[in-house]
Parts: sequence; structure tokens; C-alpha cells
Amino acid sequence: MGIRERLSGNEAVAYAMKQINPDVMGAFPITPSTEIPQYFSTYVDNGEVDTEFIAVESEHSAMSTCIGAEAAGCRAISATSSCGLCYMTEMLYVAASDRLPITLAVSCRALSGPININNDHSDAMGVRDCGWLMLFAETNQEAYDNYLQAMRIGEAVSLPIMICQDGFITSHAIENIELVETEKVKEFVGEYKPQHFLLNKDEPMAVGAYATPVYYMEAKRQQAQAMMDAKEVIKKVGAEFAAMTGREYGLIEKYMMDDAEEAIIIIGSSAGTAKEAIQNLRAQGKKVGLIKIRSFRPFPAEDIAEALKNVKAFAAMDKDDSFNAHCGPIFAETAAALYAAGISAPKGINYIYGLGGRDVRVESIEHVFAELEKVAATGETGETYRYLDVRE
Amino acid sequence: MSHLAKDMTPSVTWKDITPGCNIFEGGTSVTVETGDWRTMKPVIDWDKCKQCLLCAPVCPDMSIPVGADGKRGDFDYFFCKGCGICANACPFGAITMVKDEK
Repeated sequence: MGIRERLSGNEAVAYAMKQINPDVMGAFPITPSTEIPQYFSTYVDNGEVDTEFIAVESEHSAMSTCIGAEAAGCRAISATSSCGLCYMTEMLYVAASDRLPITLAVSCRALSGPININNDHSDAMGVRDCGWLMLFAETNQEAYDNYLQAMRIGEAVSLPIMICQDGFITSHAIENIELVETEKVKEFVGEYKPQHFLLNKDEPMAVGAYATPVYYMEAKRQQAQAMMDAKEVIKKVGAEFAAMTGREYGLIEKYMMDDAEEAIIIIGSSAGTAKEAIQNLRAQGKKVGLIKIRSFRPFPAEDIAEALKNVKAFAAMDKDDSFNAHCGPIFAETAAALYAAGISAPKGINYIYGLGGRDVRVESIEHVFAELEKVAATGETGETYRYLDVRE
Repeated sequence: MSHLAKDMTPSVTWKDITPGCNIFEGGTSVTVETGDWRTMKPVIDWDKCKQCLLCAPVCPDMSIPVGADGKRGDFDYFFCKGCGICANACPFGAITMVKDEK
């Protein structure tokens, strides 16, 4: 039995960092993730961790710090949000291609403009092709649990990992949480013992090579393999975590999907709201269900296709827009997953929702299911690219 | 999987290339032929060369070796990129830039 507490999502992640006691944190504050380095710097100041805390002048430098530290052989961490994540982008690619398993906590927030500090997934989705593993949390508990599993996953495949939670909704709301005892955390996470590292005096090493066209594609193909291999690693680490805590984690979570005829695919805190809506609709006898994506990178294409193959209609819920005049990323990747699996029966629509902190209510999700019921009944999707809860 | 620069050849496969193209030894730049970027190459006329050594220190790639006897030797075409700075620096017109036929 763990330790019962009540913490905000940011506190929970900072507490996980304290329990792990990593070697280096490079961080620059930005709402709503500021509290993470703030809490953590308190732990550093109080001597509760022996992490080297490096206060830098920008997020680009924060990630550069992490790259240097991780290449040196350290466990390096950071935290950011929104434009801070954008500003890191160049170095996010470097971290992934240099195969450095850095851990980055992201409290997801909208991007400008109009300037907005509230939650959506524009920041995380904007860097989805940087080569980072990306886990999303529905609750504070999941943000904490994902963080405890992050280093095991990233280090197993030599890829950096983002632990994403919803800004304010999760990062600042205080919920009951069950913490794992610190000794158990340390045993679970283990020590970082990289095979090669810059501070190894017995093996000189060059990191960040220039690759001519003769080599670049081979390096990228190998990087792609690491992302593919991560699917099994995420499941394996999740199973070990379940054995320790009783809380199970995979690539996706299925909720009431066994006999579902209409389903939504969603990421983050709104999954909780959607579960409430599904309970209401199930009480009315409607066969509705939900797929929550925990791992967006790697994208669980096979699991999603399998979960959706028998539904009549689904809605992919994107808390950001790709501005491609067509659909958001979850719809695009879900549709691609179905097509690749040869599944064409389910009718799919896409909702862009919750942008810039727009409240997502139980009724909002019930509206989506009402629309899905029409699609299932008629077999006609109508417009597939839709905005939810926007004033017409 | 080898981790040495000598094994990073154009035939290395994606399974055998090192993660991030990292190299696990030092001083490997001496093994990489950067002279193949060259289009023009400097040629020295030893009859005109006075061994004044104004050329050697201005070479950005240390491709003009100076021996223990204090005299310059021929160009190191393994690294020389044909920039022509040496030809400009020579007061005696001893260095001529010619097209590098490959």
C-alpha cells in the first residue's frame, strides 16, 4: 500500500523527480509548468536531492543543458510548456537523434495567438515528430505514475521521453493521489548505467556527428526502430509497475469498448469527462465507449485499429488543430491506422475541441455521441472536420 | 556493432551504424578525407619557392606541412580544400591554382 496524499499534477511530478533524485535539471520557467522546477529547486535547496540544478536563460538552453548532461552519462530532466516547448524544438530533435534518454515534463498549454495560457495540446502536438516518446496523463495519479516509468522506458530504447499532463486542469488541480514509497521508487527506476558516456575517461567519444547523405538515412532508420521497439517496452514496464502498485498501464486504455458501437478516441484529462458522459449514456442503454491514448509516440496503431474494428462510428478528439483544412493529428493517425490494417467499416469524424482552455463538459461529450449515433444510423459522416462547442 | 571510425564506411547498414552516428575513439578527423570537396588545387613551383613560409601559417586546414628542417613540404591533398589563400599569400608567385581533375 502506497502513501495517500493530495497533490497537484505539478507537485506530483516534482515529487516523483525528488524520489528519483536525477543528476541534472536544466530548467527555465513558463506557465503552467513553472511550479515543477520551482518545487524541485526547493528540494535542491533543502538538500533533499543532490541534483545539479542549472537555471538557464531559455528553454533552448534548458534542453541543451540536458543534452550535454545526458551525453556525459547523467540522468537529465527538464519541464516546460507552450512556447517554451516550441523554443526547445531544435534541441528536441538533437536529443532524440543523439539517442539521449532525457525526461521532460510537459504541462500542456495553448500556443499564441491570441495569447493564451490555458490548456490544449498544441504545444505537445507541435513537436510530435521530433522523435520523442510521448506519454499523456488523464489525472495527477497518471502524471506521477507515468513519470516513475519514464526513465525505464526511455533508457531501454535510448530515446528521450515527454511526460505530458494538461496545464492547469491537471497541473494545478489538487487531487487525491497514492504515492509509491521512495525506496520502492528507487528500486523500480534503478541506476542509469549507459554503455557509452562522455565522462568515461577510458573511452573517448564523439557525440553529435555530422552525417553525409551516405550515413544520414541509416541513422534515421535505426532511430525509427527504437520507436517501434518502444511499444513492447512501454507494455513491459507498465506490467512491472502494475505488479508493484496495482495500477495498470498500456499504450491505450479501453473504457466500455467490449460491445461499443460508437466510440471516441481522446487524450488527456478530458477522458475523465468523457467517462462520465459514457456512464450517463450507458445508463440509457446506449452502447458507447472510449479509447484513451496514453502513448501518442509511439503511436499504438495496431491496438487502436483492433479496438475500433467493430464499432459503427468513431470520433477522434483533437485538442489542437493541424490547420490543414482537413483534420487534427489524432484523426489523421487513427484513420491511417485503420487503413493500414485494412479496416474500412467504421465511419469516422473529427472534433477539434477544448482549445485555449475552452471548458469541456459532460454535455459536450454527450453531444459528440449524439452525432455519432446519427452517423452510425445513417452511415453518412457529413462534414468530418468539426469544431466542438464553438459559437456559430 | 563496431564503434570505430574506420568501420563507419558507406557500406554500413542501419543495424550496424552506431546510435546517433557516435564515434568511440578520439582524433578521428585525420582519417576523414575532406580534400575530396576540392575543385581547385594549389600547385607549387619549387624553382620559385624561397621557403619564406608565409603560406604555411595562413592555411586554414594545416595542409602545408613544415618539417623539422624548417622547410615546407608539398601540399597535403588529403585535407587541402583548394581555398587558394596560400596562392594569394605567396610573394613570389610560386603557388598556382589549377583545376582539380578527378
